[in-house]
Amino acid sequence: MKVMLVDDSKTMRTIQRNILMQLGYKEIEEACDGQDALSKVGAFAPELLLVDWNMPNMDGITFVKTYRAQGGKSPVVMVTTEAEKTRVVEAIKAGVNNYVVKPFTPDSLSQRINETLSRAKAA
Amino acid sequence: MDASQITSFVASTHQVFSTMLSLTVTAGRPYTCCTVPKFENEVSGIIGMSGDMQGMVVLSFPTATARNVIRAFTGMDMDPNSPDFADAVGELVNMISGAAKAKFEGKNVSISCPSVVIGKGHKVQQPSDAVCITIPFDCPGGPFSVEVAIKNAKSAAQPASSQTAVKAA
Repeated sequence: MKVMLVDDSKTMRTIQRNILMQLGYKEIEEACDGQDALSKVGAFAPELLLVDWNMPNMDGITFVKTYRAQGGKSPVVMVTTEAEKTRVVEAIKAGVNNYVVKPFTPDSLSQRINETLSRAKAA
Repeated sequence: MDASQITSFVASTHQVFSTMLSLTVTAGRPYTCCTVPKFENEVSGIIGMSGDMQGMVVLSFPTATARNVIRAFTGMDMDPNSPDFADAVGELVNMISGAAKAKFEGKNVSISCPSVVIGKGHKVQQPSDAVCITIPFDCPGGPFSVEVAIKNAKSAAQPASSQTAVKAA
């Protein structure tokens, strides 16, 4: 399965990459902001995206809205420090499928990824 | 700024260090930023806050503590002059600020992308129109602090973050 990590922090992308590799995902692409991600989704065709909210150039919400408007259907998990309920609702409305609040444990991220993929498969 | 907001930063720092670094932190007694600090700032991560609360948050370390903390966070021993080191410090202050603001009930607050300053004895000048509180912490990696200078936007003449400056010692 192809997974795209969209986060302006290289540290956070590396942490997420290591967790994904432990889960057995090997095809992983990284993007440092929403603009970078939009330029890569066409060629890489991710089957799952983990997206940060606060990023320079293009934030995660704008990216998800644009990705959905362009026909992108793969499940998106937002991985962010934005924990308020209003933010979660805003993200879901934008087209986010699941939500993980930083800080997270490897287990909680794994659980949300598996949950998201199970839901997408059932739909 | 009220006591519950300081408590939010204590709780969020505990949460970030225990969850992402597997380090237990101990908070000391908070003091105003005009008090002489217990160590020289050598590495600082800075986040601006805007919206219903305005101001800034500074996570500061001596270099030795920063190296130990970043090793626990990333699993790697990093050169403090490398971009990856600054990135990791920025992500820590981002998570601490984000988790703290989520505890501000009924407040709509946004945080900026982090900035990181590295240099012996620098001082981050907090906005003059907000009370600045330093929360000292200790962890197995050494001492560090979280400085918080925020206030309700209604009493703000201008965005506090616009008055931020970094001074050399």
